[in-house]
Parts: sequence; structure tokens; C-alpha cells
Amino acid sequence: MSTDRPLSDFVAEAVETAEALGRELLRLDASADGEPSPAILNAVFRHAHSLKGLAALYGQATMADLAHTTEDLLDRLRLGRLRLREPVVDALSEAVELLQRLAVAAESGLDAHLQTAVDTLLSRVHQLAQVPERVSPDLLQRLELSPDVRGVLTEYEEHRLRETLRRRALVWRFSVRWPLEDFDKHLPALVERLAPYGEVIATLPGHAVDDPTAICFELLIGSAAGEERLAAALAPDRGALSVVPFRKRRSRVDLAQLAGRQERPAEVEAAPPAAEVEGPLRGSSRTVRVDIERLDEMMNAVGELRLIAANLQRLADGATAPGVLQLPRAFGADLLKDQRQMARRLDALQSGLLAARMVPLDQVFERLQRLVRRVAREAGKELELLTRGGDVELDKLIVEQLSDPLMHLLRNAIDHGIETPAEREKAAKTRRGRLTLTARPSGAHVVIEVRDDGRGVNTARVREVALERGLLTPEQAADASPRSLHRLLFTPGFSTARSISSLSGRGVGLDVVHTNLARLSGVIDVESVSGLGTCFRLTLPLTLAMVRGLIVRVSGRTYAIPLNGVVEILALGPEAVHTRGGRESILVRGTALPLVRLARLFRLPEVELQRRNVVVVGLAQERLGLAVDELLGQADMVTKPLGERLARVEGIAGVADLGNRRTVLVLDVAALIGEALHAPGPGADARLALPE
Amino acid sequence: MGYKVLIVEDSEASRDYLATAVTSFDGVEVVTTDRGFEALKLLPLHRFDLIITDIQMPDINGLELINFVKKNPNYRHTPLFIVTAEGREQDRARGLALGAAEYLVKPVKVEDLVGLLRRYLELA
Repeated sequence: MSTDRPLSDFVAEAVETAEALGRELLRLDASADGEPSPAILNAVFRHAHSLKGLAALYGQATMADLAHTTEDLLDRLRLGRLRLREPVVDALSEAVELLQRLAVAAESGLDAHLQTAVDTLLSRVHQLAQVPERVSPDLLQRLELSPDVRGVLTEYEEHRLRETLRRRALVWRFSVRWPLEDFDKHLPALVERLAPYGEVIATLPGHAVDDPTAICFELLIGSAAGEERLAAALAPDRGALSVVPFRKRRSRVDLAQLAGRQERPAEVEAAPPAAEVEGPLRGSSRTVRVDIERLDEMMNAVGELRLIAANLQRLADGATAPGVLQLPRAFGADLLKDQRQMARRLDALQSGLLAARMVPLDQVFERLQRLVRRVAREAGKELELLTRGGDVELDKLIVEQLSDPLMHLLRNAIDHGIETPAEREKAAKTRRGRLTLTARPSGAHVVIEVRDDGRGVNTARVREVALERGLLTPEQAADASPRSLHRLLFTPGFSTARSISSLSGRGVGLDVVHTNLARLSGVIDVESVSGLGTCFRLTLPLTLAMVRGLIVRVSGRTYAIPLNGVVEILALGPEAVHTRGGRESILVRGTALPLVRLARLFRLPEVELQRRNVVVVGLAQERLGLAVDELLGQADMVTKPLGERLARVEGIAGVADLGNRRTVLVLDVAALIGEALHAPGPGADARLALPE
Repeated sequence: MGYKVLIVEDSEASRDYLATAVTSFDGVEVVTTDRGFEALKLLPLHRFDLIITDIQMPDINGLELINFVKKNPNYRHTPLFIVTAEGREQDRARGLALGAAEYLVKPVKVEDLVGLLRRYLELA
């Protein structure tokens, strides 16, 4: 089989299917420990199945092969021929990972490394599938069905009965009698009425001894609904409903009573609730895939429209100004009205486009779940990862680039934060460590926390290393607060780990995380209490696409400060500025904030002013005052990166066009704050320090 | 003297094939249906000499049909063939235990089927 559709279609669909497969697999894993939910298992199976078909259709042999093997394994699980044990789950999650990589590699071509990984996994899966597994004792054997009934069940019907038992549902028997002439209307109607509550597994026709014009049916129904609801659904057909009991084993269980109370058969412990068991299987997706570049283009178009709207407004304002002749004024008023309408539509279009770029963090959280489980096992740590706020949405571009930094932080936590089970017990902690990954919206930002309940940052060790590397003088080291010491963790090349674990990966330190986040206009902060754990807090903008900017003038030049970073604007006299240790600060409601004079930062001649405007910018908990000469107003802007040659100008995020064809530099608030706060000591960064 | 044969088979192609094969045997009249339910209704209306049924059907399964047929005093001794696409040992054993005379896996050769018809109809 082959197709003429472009390969990019395949990649997009395959990646999506593989991700869906991964999601269901996680649900499966979460429900695992023995008996997987059939609904989820079916969903996993279906995704593997469609991936196989998709790969075959596009002639992707390696992927088709892997998907087929995976589907096979899942089929065994589905039919109860294989138990969902740890090695099986591992193999499955590895398969999902490889399938995702294969999907992406379809365009670029397979590298030998990936092929080897696939081959290794294939042979492992074949082995898993071949090991004759002892399947859990057949519950069906214990179901008290008469030999008569038994004898007419097909293999498939038996399988459905087993499934019912596996789902913690009960098997019910319903005896009913209908006229022979129209039973074939009654029975399908009954099946349909019953559908929300259960499944009619077998329909045994029998003769009505006393009435040749009637026919009897014995129905076997699998259902997790209580007797009341079942009976209600069956009510139009008068018959006898009873639960099919289990043969007695050691203790007698009154199943009828259990059924009435909607509880589960005796041997089933810690059963999931019935509603969850059925699993809300989402129907066909209501999403459309859009290339992010197209959204970018549209966003740029909106940005340009905004500029035209701004120009129109200026024209209209000018035409309606007092002193302007009557006719042009009327024209100006019309112009203004239209301009406002256009601006409103633009607002709607812009927020629609922004929303289209948003994806839930679950996309990365789910991937992390899987990796964390693996890493923890390899590191011999017992832990659980809790995630909250996976529904919080962020710009797709940001979400895509978040998984590396987050995984790095999680690996750090697993390697260096969470203690071994033995150590934890000694410290009177639960054996099992806990990692929490939380996201919450905060204004125009999203705050993501990676928290562990491990041993915490070794502050003394950080101090030692800082001294060894000459990052701090002995005096500074002695004075430094734990918090400022912890910030040193983000300094390039700083690592306190005695041996770099293979898991933490390639010897890359937290400085890379810091840099990666800065590229997303985000900041990272750390809080740690010895013995109790560590929390890394990431603050990220919701979107990088379009922001409002505050336009300011400094020494005759114009700059834009992204409005989402602006906390407040103050006008201060010279007396409000304090100088200490070669740095300026201002006092705002009792709190000293570092002050940066943009003129000095960019080495411009300073303008003498009586009162100075200070724009307080903030990210996360950090605040910084930026001294500017003049405030010019607000504007929408699409920030574009500086050209290659200027790419690394500190403190500048990019360049934006304003309406009147002026181009301004956009300040990088995160970088400015980072500079001001992370600069190791006074004088270390001349640009930010004030010479005495 | 004529024989009446009931064929219960949901696949149209398979049903036509079987019907053709059966009618090639002299003196046989065929009644076909694609549904087990219909078969239940047809049983008291006719006096079938032989019944051929599939196992997997959308309404009732072939085994249930056999069980029903065999419990009808009029059909207790009527030969019954199972013709199915998948040879499943358990289904076969159950079908035979219920009283089916033969368990045939598709594709069934015409001459085989005719041979069996001769044996069960003429020797009955």
C-alpha cells in the first residue's frame, strides 16, 4: 500500500497519534498494578493499531513494524493473556517514545542509533510476548453458570464475560418472554435501553413450554450499575433479574446484597469506581492542526493592521482637534468611529489567534511523567510525581521548549534531591519521595514549580564551591544569605554534585536551564530548606507573539518595555535614590529595589532632570527599578529578534516597529532582572553598578 | 420426495455459495436467512430436514441456535451443520456437544457438502 499524500501529513498525524498513545498509556500505567482498565487498554490498543495502519500506508516500515509489535503485545494484554507488569509497561512506554521519534525522523531519515534502539526493543518485546505468563485465575470458572448456558457461549462471549468480571462489574441474568412474532423488535430495543448501564453479552433463546406462540430468552448482562438502575432500564420488559453468583470459596459472600449496594465482587480489592472503569472515551477530536509558522504569519499581519489602526487614529485625532474646519472635523469624527470599530475587531482577531497558539501544559507534563518513572527506577529511588495545573495553557512555542529545562530540574531532583529509601527512613521521612510539578496562571505569566521533598540544597557546599571558584570573596561568602548563595547555582559551570551522574545528563548545569528560560523571557528562582526539599520556580510569559509595550525615552532614544513586565511607574526626586556598596536603590513602600539607569546601562549621555520616572519591572518575586527620562505611551508590538550580528546584546530582547514607521529596541526585562540580581558582587558588572 | 434445508448465514456471498451448493443436490428446497432471529421464527413455520448455520452472527450466535433447535421436540433428530470462517476448537467442541452433526470450516467444497447432504438426508 502507498499513498501520494505529502510526508508532512504523515509526520503530523503520526506524532499526534503517538502522543495520544502515550497519554492513554500513562492512564493505563496509573491504573495498573495488576488489572488494567479495559476501556483504557482498548484505547491504547486502538492508537497502536491506527499508528500501524498509518505507517504502513506511508511505507514507513520500521515504524509499522514497531507499531505492529506493540499492538500485538497490547492485544495479549487485552485478551488477558499477558499481565500488565512493570517490564511490560516499560517496554510499552519505550515503544511509545521510539514511535514518537520515528514519526519525527520520517522526514529527516532514520539514523543508525534509532534503528538500533528499535531493534533492541523489538527483540525485548518478542521475548516478553513469548514468556508464557501465568494469567490470573480465571474468574469465569467461578461464575455459577448452568452447564446449559455454559455450553452455548462462544469464545468471544466468554471473553466478554471475563472482561466484565475484570472490570469489577457483575454478570446479571435476565429471563424474559416475548411473542414469537415480534421478539426481534423487543430484544434490540432492550439492548439499546440497557446500553448506558451495561452490555448484553449473550442471548439464549428457549422454548416457552406452555405457549408455542412465545419465545423465552435468557440474557447475560455485564453491568457495573446497581440493581435499581438496571431494573429500571429493563422494566418495560417484564422478566426476572438476578445476579449470577460466584461459586462459594472460603467465605460466603452475599453477592445479591453486594450488588444491591453497588459494591464489587469479593475478590476484588481497591476497585476503581464504575464510572472511571467505563472510561470517558473522547470521541472524534474537535481540533485542527495548524502549522505554527502560519499562525506567526497571521499574527504578524495582525500586528501590522494594529499599526495601521494606530495611524488611522492619529489622523482622526488630528482631524477632530479644535480649530480644525467643520467639514474635516465631521470627516475626522467618522474616521474615528470606523477606526474604533476596526480596533475592536482587531482585538477579537488577535485574542483568537493568541488562543489558537495556546496549548495545555499537559502536553509536556505527560511526557515528563514517563521519563520520571524511568529515571527514578534507574536511580534506585522510590518516588511519585504529582502534577497539578496541566490544563494551564501557554504558547505552543514555549511549551515545546519547556520539556528540556523541566526534565533537567526533575532529574536533578531525582539524582541529588530525593534520598534513597533507606536514607529517607533514617530521616523519618516516607520511603517514597514526592515530586510535585505545579502550574498556575499569574497575570500575563504562568508560574511553574518543580518541588521535591528531598534533602535540600547543601548551602555549605555551595559556599565552599563559590570560594574555590573565586565567585565570592571570603567576606562575601560569610555574609551571603542562603538565598543569595542558592542563586549561584545558576552561574555557568557551577555544580556541587560530587560525581556527575549519568542521569543528570551530559554535565550540563542549572545555568543552561537558566539560559534556556531567559530565551523564553522567563526567569527561574530557587528556594530550598535543608532536609525538607527544594523548589524551583519558573515564571514564563503566556505568549511571545505579541505584547503591549510601554514606550519610554532615554537620552533622546526610544525603547519599549513589555507591559506584562511593568509593575508600576513612579516619579521620584533625587532624594529617593540611595547609594550603597556602589549600587543605587530606591525605597518603595519600605522595600529597597535595585535601580538601573538605562542611560548608564546603554552608555548614553545622561540628561539632567529634577524628577525622574522610574518604571518598576517585575518577574516572579523580583522587582527592579528602571530609570527613564520620559514616558511616551503604550503600543502593541510584535517583537522580532535582532539580526545575527546583534543577537547577543545584553538587556535587549529584540526590535519592534511602532506605527509611525519608527523602530524601537525592546528591553529584555528577564535579562535585566537576572543581571541585577545574579551579578555575584558589587563591581562585578560595571554596567549595572554606579561608580562612586 | 423433497427435502427442506435452512441456511443461516449473515454473509451474503457465503449464503449464496452454500445455497447453490445445497440446491445442486437433487430434490432440495432451500430457505435462507441472514439473521438468527429470523431462523427462530422460521423453525415452527417449516419442517426442515437439515439446518446449516454460521457461528458468529450479529444477533444470536450459532451455538444458541443449535441449543434452541435441539430442544424443540420437532427438531431433536434434525441434522445440523456448522459452517464457520474461523476454526476455533472450543466452539467446535461445544457445537458438537450441543448436537451439531458436522463442523465445517470455510471454504467448504461443493462436493464435500453434497456428500454430507447425501449421507445425512438419504440415510436418515
